[in-house]
Amino acid sequence: MKNLVEVMNLHVGAVTDSGRKVEIIRGISFSIAPDEIVALIGESGSGKTTTALTLMGYTRDGCAITGGHVFVDGYEVSAQTEHERANLRGKLVSYVPQSAAAAFNPSQTILTQVIEIAQIHKLGSRDEARRKAIELFRALALPNPETIGDRYPHQVSGGQLQRLAAAMALIGEPKVVIFDEPTTALDVTTQIEVLRAFKKVMQGKRIAGVYVSHDLAVVAQIADRILVLRNGEVQEAGDTRQILHAPAHPYTKTLIAAYEPVRHDRAAADSADAPVLEARNLSAGYGAPGQDGLPVMLAVNDVSFTLKRGSNLGVIGESGCGKSTLARVIAGLLPPARGEVLFNGKALPGLASKRSKEELRHVQIVFQLADTALNPARSVSDILGRPLTFYHGTRGAARNRRIDELMDMVRLPRALKNRLPGELSGGQKQRVNFARALAADPSVVLCDEITSALDTVVAAAVTELLQELQRELGLSYIFISHDLNTVRAICDEVVVMYGGRKVEQLLPGQLDGGARHPYSQLLISSVPQLDPGWLDNLKQNAKIVEQFAHE
Amino acid sequence: MSNTMTAMVLHRLWVSFLTFIFVSFVVFAITNMLPGDIAEIMLGQAATPEAVAGLREAMHLDEPAILRFLRWLGGLFVGDLGTSLVNRLPVSEMISGRLGNSLKLAAVTTLLSVPVALLLGIASAIWRNSWFDRVVSTLSIAVISVPEFMVATGAVLVFAVYLQWLPALSFANEVTSFTQMLRVYAMPVVALSFVISAQMIRMTRAAVIDTLRTPYVEMALLKGASRSRIVLRHALPNALGPIANAVALSLSYLLGGVIIVETIFNYPGLSKLMLDAVATRDMPLIQSCAMIFCLSYLLLITIADVIAIVSNPRLRK
Repeated sequence: MKNLVEVMNLHVGAVTDSGRKVEIIRGISFSIAPDEIVALIGESGSGKTTTALTLMGYTRDGCAITGGHVFVDGYEVSAQTEHERANLRGKLVSYVPQSAAAAFNPSQTILTQVIEIAQIHKLGSRDEARRKAIELFRALALPNPETIGDRYPHQVSGGQLQRLAAAMALIGEPKVVIFDEPTTALDVTTQIEVLRAFKKVMQGKRIAGVYVSHDLAVVAQIADRILVLRNGEVQEAGDTRQILHAPAHPYTKTLIAAYEPVRHDRAAADSADAPVLEARNLSAGYGAPGQDGLPVMLAVNDVSFTLKRGSNLGVIGESGCGKSTLARVIAGLLPPARGEVLFNGKALPGLASKRSKEELRHVQIVFQLADTALNPARSVSDILGRPLTFYHGTRGAARNRRIDELMDMVRLPRALKNRLPGELSGGQKQRVNFARALAADPSVVLCDEITSALDTVVAAAVTELLQELQRELGLSYIFISHDLNTVRAICDEVVVMYGGRKVEQLLPGQLDGGARHPYSQLLISSVPQLDPGWLDNLKQNAKIVEQFAHE
Repeated sequence: MSNTMTAMVLHRLWVSFLTFIFVSFVVFAITNMLPGDIAEIMLGQAATPEAVAGLREAMHLDEPAILRFLRWLGGLFVGDLGTSLVNRLPVSEMISGRLGNSLKLAAVTTLLSVPVALLLGIASAIWRNSWFDRVVSTLSIAVISVPEFMVATGAVLVFAVYLQWLPALSFANEVTSFTQMLRVYAMPVVALSFVISAQMIRMTRAAVIDTLRTPYVEMALLKGASRSRIVLRHALPNALGPIANAVALSLSYLLGGVIIVETIFNYPGLSKLMLDAVATRDMPLIQSCAMIFCLSYLLLITIADVIAIVSNPRLRK
C-alpha cells in the first residue's frame, strides 16, 4: 500500500439518548500520502472530528464504526481490539486537541504529560524523553524551553498551551498527527505564531497530518489537500488551490462566498442627525473600588463614542479587551464607575433596575450564546411573548399575531412556534434570540458576538438578516465582534479596543491599510486570508507583536 | 505549598475555630434553657431555701449566664468537663471509657467501609451503565432506604437467634482475642457500614464519572494509556476533593448518629451514655457529649476541606 492512510467507505453510527440510531458518517473514503497534510473542513455536525478520530480507532461515547475500513501504515485499526489500538495511539497516530486548556490535566506538570506517551509506550528513559521534549519546545518557539515543562497548565497562556499540546503529540514520533481545530480558541494575533510553529515542525519532520477546521483561510495556509464534508458525506475533495480558486461543488462555493460577505451599500446616515446613543468617558470593571474610586479589575477604561440614528458602530478587539463589558455597561447590567450613557441626549441611570420601562425598551441586548440566553423550558412563542406583554401589554390574539410577525421578520417558519429551544438548530436559536430583542421595538440593539458561535454560512445569513431588518425598522446596532469581516460588512464606524481602552476609531474603508495605531494594524494584518501564500508572505513587526499579542 | 495555599488553609482553620466557639455557645444556651432549677432537682423537694441558695452559690449558678459560659468554655479547653450531677464523678472520667468504645467501633467500621465503598464507587464509575454498575447502584439505594434498625434487628434475628453464630449483645470490654473481637464487632460494624457506605459509593461514583468525562481523560486515552493509568493518574487526583467531603460527611455519622445500633446491640458507647444522661437530667454530661459530637463533625469536615484545598493544583505556586 503506497498511501500511509487509507479510509474506505467509512460508516459511523450513533445511538441518541432516546435510543434512536442515526448514521453520522455515511460512506467517506480518502487517503493520505506520507508527509501530506489533508484538511477536513465543514460546519459543526458535518462529522469532521468523528472522521479524523477513526484513524485512532476511537469514537466518542455512544458512537461506533459500523462499516468500512480504516488502514493506517498497514494496520487495519477499524478491525483491531481495544488493546491493539492503545498500542498505536500516540505512537503511530497522535492527536492535538481543540482546547489544550481543557486537554491538559490540571493536577500534573506540563512535562509529565508531554512525555507521557514515551512512558506509556516505553520509548526510552525519562531523561531521554525530557531532552526530546525540550528540543520540541525549542522547535515550536516556546519561551524558556528548559523550564516551561515544570509549570502547571494554568500557569502558561493559551497560545503556549496549544503549542505544548503539539509537542505532546510529536514526542512519540508519530507518522500521522490529527489537528482538531487547534487554533479556533485562540485570538488572531496568537493564532499566527501557533500556525507558523505547526507548519515549520510538520514540514521539518515530514509527518503526515489531518487538519480539522471550519475555517477555510486557516486551512489554506497549512493543507496540501482539502476534503469538504457535510452531513457525514464528502462534498468535494481536491488540491487546496483548486478548492479555493475553482470550487466545483455548489456547497464549496457557498462556503467560499460566505467567507467574504458583500458590503451592502446603504444610504449613509444623515450626519446632521443627533446621536441616538452616546457614551461619555465610560469606565467600569469588577471588584472593590480602589483608592481612585475605580474598580480593582478595570475592564473598560475611559471609552467614549457616539452612535447616529440608523447607523452601526462596530467594536472589535481580542478576548479580554473589554468589549463585552462595554455592552454590559450600556445595557445597564454593570453600573459604570465613571462616565455616563446618554440615550437621545438624556442620561440613562447606570443600573437597569433604575431605568424606566421606556428606557429599557429602547436599548436591547442580544447575547453571544443563544443556548444559554434562552430558557430551555419555554417554547419559542413564550420566549417572544413575554417582552410583548412586559413592554407593550399585548395579550391574547394580538400577541399571537405579533409573535407570527416577529417570526416572519427573522425568517423562522411559524411551525416552530411551539418548539423548545433545544429542538432548534444553532442558527434558528440565534434568530429567536434576536427576535426577542425586536419584540421590545427597540431603537438600539447591542449585538454581543452574535455570529461567533455560528458556522460561516449560517453566520453570513444572520448578518444579512440584520441588515435587512435595519432597512425596514430603522434600527441602530452596536456590533461587538472579534470577526473583522463581519464588522467590515455591516458597520459605518469601527472602534478598536485594547486593554480596556479605545485605541482608535476607523471607517470601514480604513480597515484595509488606513489604520494608524500599531495595535489596529497588527490586528487587521493577523486575520487569515484565503490566499495559501498569505502566512508565508506575512511580515509583522516583531516588536509590536511582542508588545500586543496575548501570549 | 505556596503562600496562597497556606493562607487558605489557615483561614479555613480559623473559620473552624469560630464555628467551635459558636457551637459551644449554642450547646450551652440550649441546655440552660431546659426547664427546672438544677439545685432544686438535686436536693429534692424537702430542701430548705437556704440549702438551695447555698448549693446555687457553690455551683456558681447565681452568676450571670455569660460568666458561667466563659467558665465552662475555659474548662473545656483544659479538659475539665465538670462533675456529674447524678453520681458526682468527674464527667471526663465517665466519658473516657465510653469514648474509647465509640472510637473503636468507628475505627473498625471506617477501616472496613471506606476502602470497600471507594473501590465499589470507582469500579462502578469505570464500568458505568454495565450490569455491575446497575447492581451496585440498586443495592446502595436499597440499603439507603432501609432504616438501620431494620438492618440491625434483622441481623440479630438471623445471625444470633436462628443461626446462633454471633452473640446478640456486644460487650466491648470483654474482648481478649482476635476471633472474639470479630464475633463481637461483626454485626454492629456491618450494620453501620451498610448505612454509611451507600452515600460514599454514590458520591465517589459521581465524582469519578465527572472527571472521566473531561477532555484530559479523553486525551490520555488517545495517548494510548491503559484504563488503570487513566483512572489512577488522571481521574482520581482531580476527584479527590469531592470524595474526601463525601467520606467525611459519612464518617461524621459514626459518633453521634449510632444511637440505634448501640441500643440494639447494647454496645456501651457514647451515644448511649448521652441518652442515659438525658433521662437523668445530668447537664454537664449532656453538654460534654454534645460537644464531643460537634467537635468530631467539625474536625472531619475541616480535614476534608483542607484536603480539597491542598489537592487543588491551581493553588500550587
